Amino acid sequence: MSAPSPYKIIVGLGSCGIAAGAKNVYRKIEELLVSTPGAAELHTTSCIGMCFCEPIVEVIAPNGARVIYGELDEKKAAIVVEKHILGGEPVGEYSLDLTSPGSGAYAFSKPQKKIVLRNCGVIDPESIEAYMAKGGYKALGTALKMESKAVIDSVKASGLRGRGGAGFTTGLKWQLAAESQAAEKYIICNADEGDPGAFMDRSVLEGDPHSVIEGMLIAGYAMGATKGYIYCRAEYPLAIHRLKIALSQARDKRFLGENILGSKYSFSISIKEGAGAFVCGEETAMIASIEGRRGMPKRRPPFPTQAGLFGHPTSINNVESFANVPWIIENGAEKFSSIGTEKSKGTKVFALAGKISRGGLVEVPMGTTIKEIVEDIGGGSSTGKPLKAIQMGGPSGGCIPASLFHKRIDYDELTATGAIMGSGGMLVMDETTCMVDVAKFFLKFTQEESCGKCTFCRIGTKRMLEILERITSGHGTADDVTIIENLAGMISKGSLCGLGQTAPNPVLTTLKYFREEYIEHIAQKKCRAGVCKPLIRFNITEDCTGCGACVRVCPIKAITGSKKTVHVIDAQACIKCGRCKLKCAFEAIEIQ
Amino acid sequence: MSSLKLDTKTEANDLIKLFGKSKEQLIPILQEIQKRHGYLPEPLLKELCGLADFSEAELFGVATFYSQFRFTPRGRHPLKVCTGTACHIAGATAIVEALQDELQIKVGETSQDGEFSLETVACLGCCSLAPVLMVRDEAIGQLDPLQMKKTLSRITEQKT
Repeated sequence: MSAPSPYKIIVGLGSCGIAAGAKNVYRKIEELLVSTPGAAELHTTSCIGMCFCEPIVEVIAPNGARVIYGELDEKKAAIVVEKHILGGEPVGEYSLDLTSPGSGAYAFSKPQKKIVLRNCGVIDPESIEAYMAKGGYKALGTALKMESKAVIDSVKASGLRGRGGAGFTTGLKWQLAAESQAAEKYIICNADEGDPGAFMDRSVLEGDPHSVIEGMLIAGYAMGATKGYIYCRAEYPLAIHRLKIALSQARDKRFLGENILGSKYSFSISIKEGAGAFVCGEETAMIASIEGRRGMPKRRPPFPTQAGLFGHPTSINNVESFANVPWIIENGAEKFSSIGTEKSKGTKVFALAGKISRGGLVEVPMGTTIKEIVEDIGGGSSTGKPLKAIQMGGPSGGCIPASLFHKRIDYDELTATGAIMGSGGMLVMDETTCMVDVAKFFLKFTQEESCGKCTFCRIGTKRMLEILERITSGHGTADDVTIIENLAGMISKGSLCGLGQTAPNPVLTTLKYFREEYIEHIAQKKCRAGVCKPLIRFNITEDCTGCGACVRVCPIKAITGSKKTVHVIDAQACIKCGRCKLKCAFEAIEIQ
Repeated sequence: MSSLKLDTKTEANDLIKLFGKSKEQLIPILQEIQKRHGYLPEPLLKELCGLADFSEAELFGVATFYSQFRFTPRGRHPLKVCTGTACHIAGATAIVEALQDELQIKVGETSQDGEFSLETVACLGCCSLAPVLMVRDEAIGQLDPLQMKKTLSRITEQKT
């Protein structure tokens, strides 16, 4: 007689879940289960994408019924164990409602179509068996039975374009590398997700590393490569950890190594950890970094597909591009190309963050409008204040104003707005975000990350940043805007690589759509969002109850007043750190 | 003094044995040194150049190019405050300022008792939980500039 199969408890342990406290929840459940051995099996998975309700725990009953709990802490987890695991009664108030229209979790999940994220948050990323049980590595077998050219044709026919940002046709890149004659060829997986505000690739690597490895194996077969590198940024320790596990499992199962699946195809993969340089996301800089040099871009041609890593033909593709490949091979190019718009096929993963109610990882068919993503899936503004814009494409991209939220997710349609598809960061901004400050933020980033090779990028971005600093500190002059526009043109034309060429984009798009904010900063010395410190002043209103809470948090003791009377801020001394405003329970502190 | 020198020599040899001496291994070697020591000790770097296929100029060129590498020791709890886009608009500057006040150090410095060092990083990829900071391999999200003292003591408790 066998014991009844116990409950399964699955805790989401992606980086974001851990940051929200999922490890404590995991430990608590583990501790509680010690006293009731055999009641439940404890498992882990990665990010399911619903970052807005982390930590997330899924409970599967012996009869297969699934309940997903959100926003758990140790206390709530203990209640779930007591009532659901031991008592058999799901705890309705903590569970996420994924089935009734009207619930947030339903609105977030329903419009999504998961191809890249098919296994994320579903399988245990540290188990190759779990991946294979979902059909993993079948596509590799299918591909190996095809002519290598047929594999390339299939990926070309699918219409898959590079998900790293620029949108070059993946199949065409493979074909160019395949046509280059050489004894050795390389594949590099670009996992140097450097755009601040983007975390799609991290989630895929943490949640489904085998799909990326399988994609690389198929690519290697298609173009005749023997060796692959995964270049992953050092800020993603969990992703690197899980990749290492996945690679060793794939070697044990002989998906990697000599004569894979009994064929003549041999392929190996190593991980290269980045060392903190944004420019290494650029192909030729990445190659230099893998070769052990300073990551500085080179002139193209020759393109990497002709002469890349160690001088050999090399195809560099992004994590998300690779994760699409096994799905395309298994389901057919036609099925993939039936999704999306005329020139942008398949789905796109976005990292939705900022002033949004439901932030997280979303995968939508190409052609979905920005409005659908921001309002339907994301639930609109999290602050109650109207949304102003979204930023796409990080430091190379731009801001799209709310008036253009009807635009569709499509490479060309987005480029026409001045922004770019980018790798998938989508940052939502409301009225409390200053657009000049956002432009300054990105420019500061590119200026710091410029490798210094091209004069226009190295010095041009510095001069431009100085002007923006002048404007945000209230010293802007009337012709500053014209100077910026002139400089922008020169930086784009005079830079060798994408970093420099696109560096002015955040400034140009904010100037295009939010010019009046620049003018206000310059002419009226006013920051309407209340962000630029030299242009604002904190003031205590009549609503002050004289509780003294602000006095205690003020780091420079600039607030005075006797108990139960309206307090006063010494405007001369105030350093505008904003801690008093955060602390005040009566909303009695305003920004002027 | 002499024993330190011997250790440096042994360690350099050990690293070359582990990684090989090709230039391709330069960055992994530096990463390993930093993992062991928390920074790149100069005597060890110089010792390495004599043994490997890269010159001192090449080594220092690479070590100064990448922001990960540092030439001074870090605190026992290295704090990396994310100043990526999402964290920036969620108030990362206020977090950095609060930490500077609390620890009485500036970004790039280590506290006098050697407990904490403070750095900023471009993006940790936990944007939905902004503002975020990372201590070693673990991210802490939804930071509140008014609760920095509590956050710091939580960090010291956890790691000791």
